[in-house]
Amino acid sequence: MNLTLKIWRQKNANDKGKMVSYNVTDISEHMSFLEMLDVLNEELVAKGEEPVAFDHDCREGICGMCSLHINGEAHGPDRGITTCQLHMRMFKDGDTIHIEPFRAKAFPVIKDLIVDRSAFDRIQQAGGYISVNTSGNTQDANAIPIPKADADLSMDAATCIGCGACVASCKNASAMLFVSAKVSQYALLPQGQVEAKDRVLNMVNQMDKEGFGNCTNTGACEVECPKNISISNIARMNREYLSASMKDD
Amino acid sequence: MSKLDSKIPEGPLKDKWTNYKNKIDLVNPANKRLIDVIVVGTGLAGGSASATLAELGYNVKAFCYQDSPRRAHSIAAQGGINAAKNYQGDGDSSYRLFYDTVKGGDYRSREANVHRLAEVSGNIIDQCVAQGVPFAREYGGLLDNRSFGGVLVSRTFYAKGQTGQQLLLGAYSAMNRQIARGKIEMFNRHEMLDVVIVDGKARGIIARNLVTGEIERHSAHAVVIASGGYGNVYFLSTNAMGSNTTAAWKIHKKGAYFANPCYTQIHPTCIPRSGDYQSKLTLMSESLRNDGRIWVPKKMEDVEAIRADKLKPTQIAEEDRDYYLERRYPAFGNLVPRDVASRAAKERCDAGYGVNATGEAVYLDFQSAIERYGAEQAKLHGIENPSKEKIIELGEKIVEAKYGNLFQMYEKIVDENPYKTPMMIYPATHYTMGGIWVDYNLMTTIPGCYAIGEANFSDHGANRLGASALMQGLADGYFVLPYTIGDYLSDDIRTGSIPTDTAEFEEAEKNVRERIDFFVNNNGTKSVDYFHKRLGKVMWDKVGMARNEQGLKEAMDEIKAIREEFWKEVRVPGSADGVNTELEKAGRVADFLELGELFAKDALHRNESCGGHFREESVELDGEQKGEAKRDDVNFAYVAAWEYKGDPRDAELHKEQLEFNDIELKQRSYK
Amino acid sequence: MAKGMTSVTRKILMALSGFFLLVFLLQHCAINFLSVISPDTFNEVSHFMGTNPLIQFLLQPVLAFGLVFHLAMGIVLELQNRDARPVKYAVNKPGENASWVSRNMIITGIMIFLFLLLHSADFWFPELKVKYIDGDMTGMTAEGHFRYYEELQHQFHNPIRVGLYALSFVFLSLHLMHGFQSAFQSVGFQHNKYTPIIKKLGTIYAIVIPAAFVFIALYHFINA
Repeated sequence: MNLTLKIWRQKNANDKGKMVSYNVTDISEHMSFLEMLDVLNEELVAKGEEPVAFDHDCREGICGMCSLHINGEAHGPDRGITTCQLHMRMFKDGDTIHIEPFRAKAFPVIKDLIVDRSAFDRIQQAGGYISVNTSGNTQDANAIPIPKADADLSMDAATCIGCGACVASCKNASAMLFVSAKVSQYALLPQGQVEAKDRVLNMVNQMDKEGFGNCTNTGACEVECPKNISISNIARMNREYLSASMKDD
Repeated sequence: MSKLDSKIPEGPLKDKWTNYKNKIDLVNPANKRLIDVIVVGTGLAGGSASATLAELGYNVKAFCYQDSPRRAHSIAAQGGINAAKNYQGDGDSSYRLFYDTVKGGDYRSREANVHRLAEVSGNIIDQCVAQGVPFAREYGGLLDNRSFGGVLVSRTFYAKGQTGQQLLLGAYSAMNRQIARGKIEMFNRHEMLDVVIVDGKARGIIARNLVTGEIERHSAHAVVIASGGYGNVYFLSTNAMGSNTTAAWKIHKKGAYFANPCYTQIHPTCIPRSGDYQSKLTLMSESLRNDGRIWVPKKMEDVEAIRADKLKPTQIAEEDRDYYLERRYPAFGNLVPRDVASRAAKERCDAGYGVNATGEAVYLDFQSAIERYGAEQAKLHGIENPSKEKIIELGEKIVEAKYGNLFQMYEKIVDENPYKTPMMIYPATHYTMGGIWVDYNLMTTIPGCYAIGEANFSDHGANRLGASALMQGLADGYFVLPYTIGDYLSDDIRTGSIPTDTAEFEEAEKNVRERIDFFVNNNGTKSVDYFHKRLGKVMWDKVGMARNEQGLKEAMDEIKAIREEFWKEVRVPGSADGVNTELEKAGRVADFLELGELFAKDALHRNESCGGHFREESVELDGEQKGEAKRDDVNFAYVAAWEYKGDPRDAELHKEQLEFNDIELKQRSYK
Repeated sequence: MAKGMTSVTRKILMALSGFFLLVFLLQHCAINFLSVISPDTFNEVSHFMGTNPLIQFLLQPVLAFGLVFHLAMGIVLELQNRDARPVKYAVNKPGENASWVSRNMIITGIMIFLFLLLHSADFWFPELKVKYIDGDMTGMTAEGHFRYYEELQHQFHNPIRVGLYALSFVFLSLHLMHGFQSAFQSVGFQHNKYTPIIKKLGTIYAIVIPAAFVFIALYHFINA
């Protein structure tokens, strides 16, 4: 199929940036979206032009590196997948595809479609861990039984890949789904209880400091989340936050 | 040969590690503050090492080329992690894990290292659970295990189909704690481009900031390379697009020996290639083989009809299907180790029985598992005389619970429903057992330079068992390196911080800059990928699943020719002072083009078949094992460690003879 | 106001003030409905509500505060949220992942606020004037019976006003469609079994309450 691509090009963080139009031809429907961009980039390199810079790595939907706002949606029109798993069969011959970076104040553009998501790292550093030193002498893994239901829910939250689609699709550029997924993972496990209070308070504080917007429960995040993380995690975080703020120091 | 001292401690195998730890030199906590360690790579090995070294008090500088340490490719490991916990009471033990690993590695790994790996495996699980890794559990709340990759016990711990992700996020969380404390300084979007040797010791690296393009000098008292494997030398592999050998290759060029580069694992259950545009291959967990049956049609006319889209696989009668693994290996059937399963698929496809347009695919069929589980469920639910539809419905639910995410992934990529029609799979490059040679301390032949995880060669011999990569990465990072590095660093407590304004740093930086300048100024005509794809094709065709002398010699020459053309014709648009993805790729492919030749050379010299390395000249000629790989323990029971001498083909071989005191060498038989 | 609070605190306060307004709305609707059933009871209850000191001097200010807080916080959140994405998407399809009502609470909210200004001008400000400026706390007309029902009927003579009221309740309905269940989510109430029930309840509430108000207005318009 033949397609028209309208792609955000921006030289660096200080450049203003603009949408630029490209045509690609003979795209197979079995290609992944990023392979289609590879084709475009090969053509650009052949012409001596700079290829479109975009983040990608594992190309199997787990590393969370790829992003892209495609035709008005984070990770494109398909559901439950990242951009690298989006296939061209979702598009038709002659389509125009708009490709933009994830947009948020907290995700400044580095170049073209690459954004800086280090805000997510800093939120995790604020409390997204259990303070346990490495030793050969932590207690046996089976010392504390954990109800399967809790372990499964914790796992569901833990599958977050930190791609930022929740922020990109939220009309408020809120990071609540991301933060709540980590808070929930630990809140559901006995190991996470000891530091639960500080964790939720510190992570929320850091989230705000990074300049993400407020959550208004539109639910867009869970629809666009490639890992189907549920907004019930946000409710859990609100609950954790409420009880943490009421607890005496 | 004096350099190749493996430093294996004396004493009985089972006591070596314990005794060694007791006698090792330690650095006192106050002095650890004075010592800097650089860790390159933040996967399971690098991430866990960074966190643990920082917990101990060292100042760690960690580097990754991704935008966050959490994205390292360990994250893509699906199936699980082995540990000799014996929670299932099925007779597992450290010894058995050790034995299985050495045997699975086709007796080409170092006994002492593997035993240590098995010993600490249990600690890994304890540590990860304490960190909040949500492993799968049974209804009683205890950890669940599954059997994995052709072993006879259930020792694999897992977190759905995302075990690597969860373990990596655990290590990442431990890192985050140390980053917050200021004990780890994290350098995201940085790529190491050279190691700096001062007075014969590794004392720093030159790194490029991939955002600003700046070339930076970083010094430390020790440098740890945890940059993963080199599977991308094949262009198409299950590795991440950015996975590369640059860090490992740079230290090789500065004196670290490269061991057994030809030991590469070709994983049997990947989604087949669909066209020339393909950028990578997607692996599906080996756990699928627990329930899936692998087959191709028996009759060539059926194969042709399928390729012409005139026949569906479900229409082929049971007796017209060739379940070739069950046929050839009745004892292990579909659960034979990876190398065996991959070669068998290749054998059938080479014989013309491949079931897709490219002729490189076999079926992985869940129909009988669905029916078996369905019947079992019907009984459990007390349904009398269930209809076939009901059985299938119930069975599909069980299969979905076990492999739902894999099935979904397959359907997204291939656009076929694997519950209704068999999956198509084909082997793909997945893991490299070879790597930087290290001694028992995980130190390379450069003093102060360590290699851990997939980047080193140590534990998997010629073939890695399923669910053992995660185990090794974390064992090295959490439980081995943090001890052994102390032994070296204890001499450095009075050194003081290493200055970066010395001639050695100057020289290293200059070389890095020259190479970058060359790339951006070379007005070539071909893209980096053009060369990478050509290299990959040579590697796959001639240094792939089956190798022979003639092919390997051709490969060495062809790779050399591609390399020479690359340095003339490569084109890198843009400049070096900012993000330039083509420039990053150019540097990596340049190193692959050297490694590839050494790889072929190693494969050529090893005139035996062992593990993932299959030489067509070395097969059993008769008897029950006719046609199977034939190992040559008399001539090749050694580690081939290559010393860089300029051109890869001039590399000098050093042998570390492998001694097996606790295990009797046998032919692997899965018949 | 929102400085020094975290986004989660703001969200929880938004929900709590919303809950309070939901309760207020319910009782307001119930009392109004009395005007359809029994003008006398309506008069008595109205008089009680209008003169009881606890209601007048405690609940009424609390209500006013709750309303103003909910509105002001809504505006603050909106401004902050706009600031969180300074460069907009060239192409965006928000309708693909979230409902119109959930994305436009600020619009429906401001429309409701404008309505409240009209509504206060119609009822509340005159009430305040009669009671606290003129000092007439009797609630009686010159003829010596309660004035509340008459005033109510009088207001709904005008078809334009009735139309405006009806339109406003459409906005209220839209606001409640999202607001009701959203408030539960915000305070952290999430339950596999009960959350779906709350969502249904929210939809019912968002339809029935505004519909009842519209019905009351139409009833008096037609019967006047």
